[in-house]
Amino acid sequence: MHQTVIGQANPIAIMFFVLFVISTLVITWWAAKRTRTTKDFYAAGRNITGFQNGLALAGDYMSAASFLGIAGLVSTKGYDGLIYSVGWLVGWPIIMFLISEPLRNLGKYTFADVVAFRLNQRPIRAAAAAGSLVVVLTYLIAQMVGAGTLIKLMFGLPFELAIVMTGALMISYVLFGGMIATTWVQIIKAGLLLGGATILVILTLAKFGFSYGDLFSQAEKLYTNKFLEPGGLVTSPLEAFSLGLALMFGTAGLPHILMRFYTVPDAKTARKSVFYATGFIGYFYILTVTIGFGAAVLVGQKVIMGIDAGGNMAGPLLAEALGGNIFLGFLSAVAFATILAVVSGLTLAGASALSHDLYVGVIRRGVANEKEEVKVAKIATVGLGICAILLGILFKGQNVAFLVGLTFAIAASANFPALLMSIMWKKFTTAGAVMSIYTGLIVAVILLVLSPTVWLDIVHKADVVAVQAQIKGIDAAAAGIDTQIADLQKTMVSADAIAKLKKKDMSAAEKKNAEIQASVNAKMTDKEALAAKKKDVASQMPKAIFPMRNPGIFSMAAAFLIGILVSLMAPDKEAQAKFDAEKVREYVGIGAE
Amino acid sequence: MAKVKKEDILNDPDFQKLSGQKDTISMILTILELVIYFGFIYLVAEHKAFLSQKMSEGGSATIGIPIAVGTIVLSWIFTGIYIWWANAKYDEMVKRVIEKVGG
Repeated sequence: MHQTVIGQANPIAIMFFVLFVISTLVITWWAAKRTRTTKDFYAAGRNITGFQNGLALAGDYMSAASFLGIAGLVSTKGYDGLIYSVGWLVGWPIIMFLISEPLRNLGKYTFADVVAFRLNQRPIRAAAAAGSLVVVLTYLIAQMVGAGTLIKLMFGLPFELAIVMTGALMISYVLFGGMIATTWVQIIKAGLLLGGATILVILTLAKFGFSYGDLFSQAEKLYTNKFLEPGGLVTSPLEAFSLGLALMFGTAGLPHILMRFYTVPDAKTARKSVFYATGFIGYFYILTVTIGFGAAVLVGQKVIMGIDAGGNMAGPLLAEALGGNIFLGFLSAVAFATILAVVSGLTLAGASALSHDLYVGVIRRGVANEKEEVKVAKIATVGLGICAILLGILFKGQNVAFLVGLTFAIAASANFPALLMSIMWKKFTTAGAVMSIYTGLIVAVILLVLSPTVWLDIVHKADVVAVQAQIKGIDAAAAGIDTQIADLQKTMVSADAIAKLKKKDMSAAEKKNAEIQASVNAKMTDKEALAAKKKDVASQMPKAIFPMRNPGIFSMAAAFLIGILVSLMAPDKEAQAKFDAEKVREYVGIGAE
Repeated sequence: MAKVKKEDILNDPDFQKLSGQKDTISMILTILELVIYFGFIYLVAEHKAFLSQKMSEGGSATIGIPIAVGTIVLSWIFTGIYIWWANAKYDEMVKRVIEKVGG
């Protein structure tokens, strides 16, 4: 039996974690003194450098789910895990080429600023806030449930306590330190995560004489060449394309990522920060994949899946095997810090959608003073934080993996099309934008609920399991009949033997054979009846109403199509006239905040 | 240098050159990124045997591994190309236009 301290209260992990909490709280206290205006609270006074923002963007994006999850996926599924990690990165160049500079030049605090730039403020802000909030809440639930489960697994703390602790710390960072504290929490976390993963990879490669070739050949020896080849993860090209679209353009529609572009002084720094972020994130995924292969070889799939069937503990187990208890403690604390940082970024993005877009933009019609706006944002922070804690506890033990997919599908369908069209298309109208956002949001949610991911795996899970059990029973019965038939056939006297017999014995043997044949035929009829029954039972298997697991391609297409059609049906001359001013500001930055 | 009114800036040849070049570069790089990523997905979905070839005689690593890692690295290089162009050319053009309008 493999020895591990994972799952027990680990004093070293707790020590590292307390150290992280103390230093981030000191930063929050320091940041609180510098957070007065809305510009400080939402955008860290726009004083963050490109390198710092690159790290912070990477910090916002590299969740514990991607660190532990991808390493786990690679360690259990091999090459298929690598396919996923590529998908998580490719949205970043798109952000740089299409979004980063116009977003920075046109907006103030949220991406709704950009969509509403030349359109009717109130309906746009209401729709964009809805899109942002749904994305933030679904992602928060996934992160919170993941946090509770992981912390329980790594520190041995009860689920509820872990969630309340995470929630309380997240609220304190955002409430007191706003974007300044959140940014520095992200930067520290990104540094720790990249540093920790680098050390783990160096320790791993040292076991293979720093040769990836050796690592792969040992992996092949243990798990056959299938481990290094694409397997069953991607089967249908349309499904793969749809998932790829959602990952790519979902990244470019995540409100907590988009918000980060307002923390830098200008568009030039905004684009520079994407360059750094893409480098850090790409490097991180290459490390994570190496950790996955290393864990498969050095720890072994049996041990990894024995602790957690999803493979989530592959990274920590490898750390324990190579760096002992101290390194395990360090890495566990880093994973906890990672979760904290991501949920803080999400909470801040949600709070700004509530206060900047909904309260000031919709309820107060754009008229509110700074003090009032910051106050509302702080109330929203506490409200969202409590919501996240309650939802996290409510979803305890639920399969929330689908929520991450849903988050990206909604971000790609509700937020991204409206944002892109408002930047690039002169004829885009208020009605077009509003309809595009709601269409993307509703279609993505409905299709995912009707897809096998939710309809079969969650809603009708009991039926599916029951039918599967019945089919298994029938198969077992059929196999039983097969052996009975084979046994009977063995008792038959062979034709050769009969030929050698005397005439009298011959007819007796033939008679006996005929009797056996009759019972074989009866068994055959039983078997046919079973096959018919199996077909009948199989027809009762619940079917997903929408056949694909990843609806991104349809919800995105619907959002673009509706946005274009509605805009063309009722042209808005005023918005078209304002496009010229938007264009100058977009490209040159004159008048940018 | 002759001052240009803000309203006329859209018709200014320098501004048109700047926005036209930026659109072209952004579009080319976006399309390249789409091609490499969805090209990779296409190989994974339709040409598994191609990705499963061994890189070298007697080695274990498949061609699919450097292709996946290459997609990540190439994506980053694309962002680098854009930064290089923007820092060298675009910012210069922006500066010139802003000087024309008088800030």
